[in-house]
Amino acid sequence: MTEQPILDEDYCDDPANAHERFCDQPPIVVEGLVNKFGDFAVHDGLNLEVNRGEILGVVGGSGTGKSVLMRSIIGLQRPNAGRIDVLGRTITAVDLDQKIGVRRRWGVLFQGGALFSTLTVGENVEVPLKQFYPNIDDNLRKEIARYKVLMSGLPEEAIAKYPSELSGGMKKRAGLARALALDPELLFLDEPTAGLDPIGAAAFDRQTRELKETLGLTVFLITHDLDTLYEICDRVAVLADKQVIAVGTIPELIETGHPWIEEYFGGPRGRSALATHERG
Amino acid sequence: MYGVAEFTLEDDESGGSRLALSGPFLVATIGPVEHHLSEIAEPVSAIDLSEVSEIDTVGAWVTCRLAAKHSAEIVGASSQAQRLLNAVQGVSSDVDLTPERVPVWERVPEAVGQQVYSARAGIYGVVSFFGGILIGMANIIRHPSKFPMRALVRQMELVGVSALPIIGLMSFLIGIVIAQQGAVQLQQFGAETLTVNLVGRLTLRELGVLMTAIMVAGRSGSAFAAQIGTMKLTEEVDAMRTIGISPIEKLVIPRILACTFMMVLLGFYASVVAIMGGAVIGQVALGIPFFTFLGRIPEVIAEYDLWVGLIKAPVFGLIIALAGCYHGMQVQGNSEEVGRRTTMAVVSAIFAVIVLDAFFAVFFTEIGWG
Repeated sequence: MTEQPILDEDYCDDPANAHERFCDQPPIVVEGLVNKFGDFAVHDGLNLEVNRGEILGVVGGSGTGKSVLMRSIIGLQRPNAGRIDVLGRTITAVDLDQKIGVRRRWGVLFQGGALFSTLTVGENVEVPLKQFYPNIDDNLRKEIARYKVLMSGLPEEAIAKYPSELSGGMKKRAGLARALALDPELLFLDEPTAGLDPIGAAAFDRQTRELKETLGLTVFLITHDLDTLYEICDRVAVLADKQVIAVGTIPELIETGHPWIEEYFGGPRGRSALATHERG
Repeated sequence: MYGVAEFTLEDDESGGSRLALSGPFLVATIGPVEHHLSEIAEPVSAIDLSEVSEIDTVGAWVTCRLAAKHSAEIVGASSQAQRLLNAVQGVSSDVDLTPERVPVWERVPEAVGQQVYSARAGIYGVVSFFGGILIGMANIIRHPSKFPMRALVRQMELVGVSALPIIGLMSFLIGIVIAQQGAVQLQQFGAETLTVNLVGRLTLRELGVLMTAIMVAGRSGSAFAAQIGTMKLTEEVDAMRTIGISPIEKLVIPRILACTFMMVLLGFYASVVAIMGGAVIGQVALGIPFFTFLGRIPEVIAEYDLWVGLIKAPVFGLIIALAGCYHGMQVQGNSEEVGRRTTMAVVSAIFAVIVLDAFFAVFFTEIGWG
């Protein structure tokens, strides 16, 4: 029917990368990451692997560099040392605005939503589609934008609204719709439930889980929300002492006996989240 | 390699056509093939997905849409494809992505009407702002211990002291330009010694103060609007009110006093530096020694020339500070508003300064200070 070659040249620029969609290498591998601000090291020899198809929760006290880790993985922050492979591509070897195919295979939800304020929600979702796949027909692109917005749990009326007309929770959902615009394999969520009311937060968690199962996503989720950790995370990585001190399911983490982890999950909030989880 | 998304159309036993899709149906590969798919005119009774290697929501969406159009049956879907098909089935919508645009003949009158209404609100706002300042001033006079001395000194430093280099440089260059251009014209009458009068009177009466006012409006007026506007956005102003601190007294009055007072000093300073610039040109180009030039200044300019400048300066300073603080206090909503209000503060301040300057020119001529 069509002789058009595949458009994702960068994705296939290295024959070794071809078909990595099905290969066994973990989608995110971080090795010996060092991030310094001035003399202050945020990460020092940090190692982390994210498995395909899991929701990995990342926790840690304020200032332990959770967001910096995410920014390093998506290439917004050049680390001082170390190597990060994302979907088989060494992200630490490329420049900030270099065109690399891997960018169209992940979606990022920033903390405040980071929606483009001069565009409506629908147009926001269109932006990545226009940028990466200009050969998609205008009508189809509009349809894609519409169903992505609805899939993210927003009502129909929100499609033509501007970000300033949305509540905090709706902005997050709109940001999620934009993150999912390209049907990514990897989804980064930076504190998705922060600032949401408990009902909205629980709904967002449910949505994340459903989307992950339907779309087969791998999710890298930064959170402070203990309920989120209990409800939807397959594994949890704990950032402390400039490193990932433990990765595993919550019971596995508690078994390590690290004082920070014990305090985190054993504190009043941790216990009540556990109780909720066991009841629910 | 992803491969290419393709389809074949075959007649099947029951008279309809069977559409077999093959290859990857992904957002990356759907572009070229989607067009051809939507052009299929003959009825399709079944869509076969068994040859599809990969599918994502976009592929599922296109399949669903096609199936709905031909009321065809989807067969051979893998479990993953079926899951995606289910996910996209319930979420169709035909809402436009952009809100409907009002036609121009409705939009323009509406905008004009809005302007008229907001002009009324603006007048209320300005009057109540003035009232607030008067009350604040009265409060400070009744309780001198509440006088915001530290804030005043800080603002004086920001408005006045740190503006000295740039205003000095600007005035010096303006003095040079006036002297040089004036000398060229006056030479035609053999009157180049009158360059001293020209530079002295022009800078003291007009340009020293006017250029300083424009510079202060750009430097400090905009800063006032942006600072106060940001403080309104971050609810700092509300926090002050809650604690019982009047933002007019703590934020606005120090800025107004500092700007009014510093404009006098800066205007005088600018005039002096401009005269020195003129004197340099006198030395270099006209053969008038530097100190002779300066010494002639008091002889050729009237005392009231100095007063004209010194009377105008605080008025301009007051206007600039009022415009900056007023627009800063009017900020509400989002960060875009801060930018808009800052622009308005500078534009309205410079505009008001130039209009007032024209009035002053007429006024001083009328009272015999021409």
